[in-house]
Amino acid sequence: MEERHARTRAEADAGGVVGDDWRISVDGGTCIGAGICAGTAPTAFRLVNGVSTPTHDTVEADDAIRAAAESCPVEAITVRDREGTVIAPEP
Amino acid sequence: MTDTQRVVHAYPFSPPDRFKLDPFYAELRRREPLTRVRMPYGEEAWLATRYADVRTVLGDARFSRAASADRDEPRISPRKLEAGLLLMDPPEHTRLRRLVAKAFTARRVEQLRPRTQEVANELVDRMIATGPPADLVQHFATPLPITVICELLGVPVEDQDRFHVWSEAVVSTTSLSVEQIAGYIQNLFAYMRGLIAQRRQEPTEDLISALVRVRDEDNQRLSEDELVRLLTGLLAAGHETTVTQIPNFTYVLLTNPDKLAELRADPSLVPAAVEELMRYVPLGVASSFARYATEDVELGGVLVRAGEPVIGSLSSANRDEEVFPDPDSLDFGRSANPHIGFGHGAHHCVGAQLARMELQVAIDVLVRRFPELRFAVPEEELEWKSGMLVRGLKRMPVAW
Repeated sequence: MEERHARTRAEADAGGVVGDDWRISVDGGTCIGAGICAGTAPTAFRLVNGVSTPTHDTVEADDAIRAAAESCPVEAITVRDREGTVIAPEP
Repeated sequence: MTDTQRVVHAYPFSPPDRFKLDPFYAELRRREPLTRVRMPYGEEAWLATRYADVRTVLGDARFSRAASADRDEPRISPRKLEAGLLLMDPPEHTRLRRLVAKAFTARRVEQLRPRTQEVANELVDRMIATGPPADLVQHFATPLPITVICELLGVPVEDQDRFHVWSEAVVSTTSLSVEQIAGYIQNLFAYMRGLIAQRRQEPTEDLISALVRVRDEDNQRLSEDELVRLLTGLLAAGHETTVTQIPNFTYVLLTNPDKLAELRADPSLVPAAVEELMRYVPLGVASSFARYATEDVELGGVLVRAGEPVIGSLSSANRDEEVFPDPDSLDFGRSANPHIGFGHGAHHCVGAQLARMELQVAIDVLVRRFPELRFAVPEEELEWKSGMLVRGLKRMPVAW
């Protein structure tokens, strides 16, 4: 967990700490590159060639990540728990 | 070049003229992508003009909007923003925005499309029944977005004559006095408080009631003041921009008859046309809402120091030749159109999908139902708004 200690508090607050609680996926074909996710949870998402990409596929549970998925205007982000149940966005 | 040697340009570079973008932006993109500017009010700032840099300023967490609260932020209005989403950073900003974001997803907005089409067609029916000429602003562009946002929020559409006047305050710079702006905004708040009180008594199926429920279930998620500001912001900002853009887009089409003919021949091009018009029309008179660097950041060949404000020009970014080939021409066939007309990052327009849908419906209905739409006065006689944050027409007399 060295990586976690290397992060500043602000970064940790913004989500994206490697872990095994949640699995993040982004549908690159649906993503419109608005950058809301990367602005909301900067350590969990980044834009690669204008398309949102999770920095890690599996992360520690973090409300900022759930918020990013809920705030995506085209619902391109899906967050699932270990059992595969969708946590965000709401159906 | 050291910072003290840099020329400071007065910004905006020139008064707005229709939808012409000052050619100086293109020169800056080539020569000095980060330049020093001074706006009519507030402190000196950096202006970023290249697409990549503007996206960094808007999307990178090292640039803060919340930091502007304690500063004399550069602006074209005498008045400073006093509160609201645009003065917040994540995670505080996230707490409020997520409460409304889900009401504006593409999926939810699609459910409003049939009703929007119905309203648009009714408005055209009325214009046709009355006969030409008609003012497109008053009879079509204004009532369409107002009806849609009213029904979504749960605001009585028959009150529009009152709140629409007050809503000008959110896009006014000098068209209203500082006192008038403050007064109108207080009127909007008072009006919204009345609706909130009503829904507390008798909840209905609308966004006001849903947010009142959130507020009353958990005081930590939403304070009463935040509730009022959030709903007022959605009502006012939620229609002022689209009300302006429908005539703006119509103006561009009527002054580019070959483009209009393309849409008439193939209305399936309308969604692509709306994206291209969002890119092409420089809606803002000037860029504003500077972001403050929270640490030293290398940007556009310059070291922006912690605490310095940077303004990102959306209009310039949308004309960046590195991203958009032949950027000054209107092209509905662009293979990619990653314009940032709705902004970028955490503050990307929350109503973007709604605005897109409304603009698509509006242009589609106008193209299909008015095959000979034209200005009813010479183009030079059209009256343009002034003293506003946005470019737009006061009236647009049309015939068909």
